[in-house]
Amino acid sequence: MTAKARYERPLIKKLESNMPNKFGMRTEFEPVTHIDGVSVASLIADYGSPVFVLSEQKIRQRFKAARQAFETRYPRVQFAWSYKTNYLSAVCNVFHQEGSWAEVVSGFEYDKAIRHGVDGSNIIFNGPDKTEEDLRKAITNNSLIHIDHLDELYMIQEIARETKQKPKVAIRVNMDTGIYPMWDRFGFNYENGQAWDALNKIMFSGLLDLVGLHTHIGTFMLSPNAYAIAASKLANLAQRVQQKYGHEIKYIDMGGGFSSRNTLKGAYLPGIDTNPSIDDFAEAITSALMNSDYRPKTPPLLILETGRALIDEAGYLLGSVIANKRLSDGRRATILDVGVNLLFTSFWYDHKITPAQEFTSYTEDTVLYGPLCMNIDVVRENISLPLLNKGDKVVIHHVGAYNMTQWMQFITLRPNVVMIDMDGKPHLIRKNESIDSIENLEEIPPHLSHFEL
Amino acid sequence: MKIKNNIAVSDNGFVFNPASGESFTVNQVGLDILNMLRKGEKQETIVQQLSEKYQADTAVIERDFSDFQAMVKQYHLHQNEE
Repeated sequence: MTAKARYERPLIKKLESNMPNKFGMRTEFEPVTHIDGVSVASLIADYGSPVFVLSEQKIRQRFKAARQAFETRYPRVQFAWSYKTNYLSAVCNVFHQEGSWAEVVSGFEYDKAIRHGVDGSNIIFNGPDKTEEDLRKAITNNSLIHIDHLDELYMIQEIARETKQKPKVAIRVNMDTGIYPMWDRFGFNYENGQAWDALNKIMFSGLLDLVGLHTHIGTFMLSPNAYAIAASKLANLAQRVQQKYGHEIKYIDMGGGFSSRNTLKGAYLPGIDTNPSIDDFAEAITSALMNSDYRPKTPPLLILETGRALIDEAGYLLGSVIANKRLSDGRRATILDVGVNLLFTSFWYDHKITPAQEFTSYTEDTVLYGPLCMNIDVVRENISLPLLNKGDKVVIHHVGAYNMTQWMQFITLRPNVVMIDMDGKPHLIRKNESIDSIENLEEIPPHLSHFEL
Repeated sequence: MKIKNNIAVSDNGFVFNPASGESFTVNQVGLDILNMLRKGEKQETIVQQLSEKYQADTAVIERDFSDFQAMVKQYHLHQNEE
């Protein structure tokens, strides 16, 4: 008996006779079968589908490249890991091992950093929501408090007066850097004088130790020049403080917001080809600082709260095909077990998605849906993929930032998260949820505990 | 379902509809189906012949055949039944 031929589902594809794509974009049918030497099939077999996978090697590589980009251009640089980007303890500790401080934006994140063993003086406390209890804790621990609004400033002054402690503070400054939309909801505005007023209030009170200036101009920034403008404006404020009060600002915190290699929805070209590199941002910021008129005895420490650009590429989401469908207009639709509940960033990006097994070169235009019974659950509106079948595996790339913090427990449960260590060994770093993880938090009043149907 | 007589199908999977000027490509399994449809073979025969030639469950072939047939209709390559 002769062996049967390999089956591939039948395909008929219309040849479009419109203008060819002048950029010659490739379709993503090159399979990605392994991550850091571990097969996708074995990761799914051992940890289920879907599963988030993080590469420790990639995190460290990206961090070292970023540090090098800044340290070769400026003498004093400090990174602070942005907890909200990914606060899984294993991830935070990789960054802390690399020398990153912690940058937190809530009491919960603050407590997490303390639990990880970060010294209070190495925690930067940002954000508009710091309770009195949070502030008292941060002041006692000598943390760096970045003041967001006047109510917070007055509360800190009140605590300082009462406890006879001198809190270490900075103000967050928002400003016009030539980008749209301008972020003006956090901190004090530069152009209308709010920031200068706040600095005067701090200096006149004598109750607080003004140690720094902070800004965070936006997210997924595609213009390094905006950072140059921001750095110049902060340096200008520092110089005015020095001139008026003879007081040296010890650090300038440029926040984060550097783009990763993802492709924003609506972008014509892939992000990997067009987004600025970390060196571009480093060049813009350090040149602006060094060319400024602020000349203290010691150059101010340059703090960076980069999150996304350091972790996005280190994260993968592995999933499986649930089913194929045909839409009313003839388009192919494929349903994955990965939806917007896990992949929050699919609202912003056209994620790179590749199959995890070999296929022929035939591809078809496909809409990728998630498993949720909700119309919003679209992972990719249009992607050219090989002829996937039920049960086939896919790898979604560049998902390390925000997905493991902004994910939703909605309709389904959240899956395992695995980190592959430097030796290629996978470790479970967050266990998947069970129905108990959800129901254990609930209480049923006695009169609702029984019913008959 | 039968394919229109004027549809040209090459041996390597190139399909041309002279009435509309549209061209299509098919993969090997698609080509096998198109050729059998042109000969007027019935669904049962096509599915059976495919399951003899290829490594796949009959149910899978049947499902894919229905989908392929729908696309052939979508592209107006079929003869309208009287």
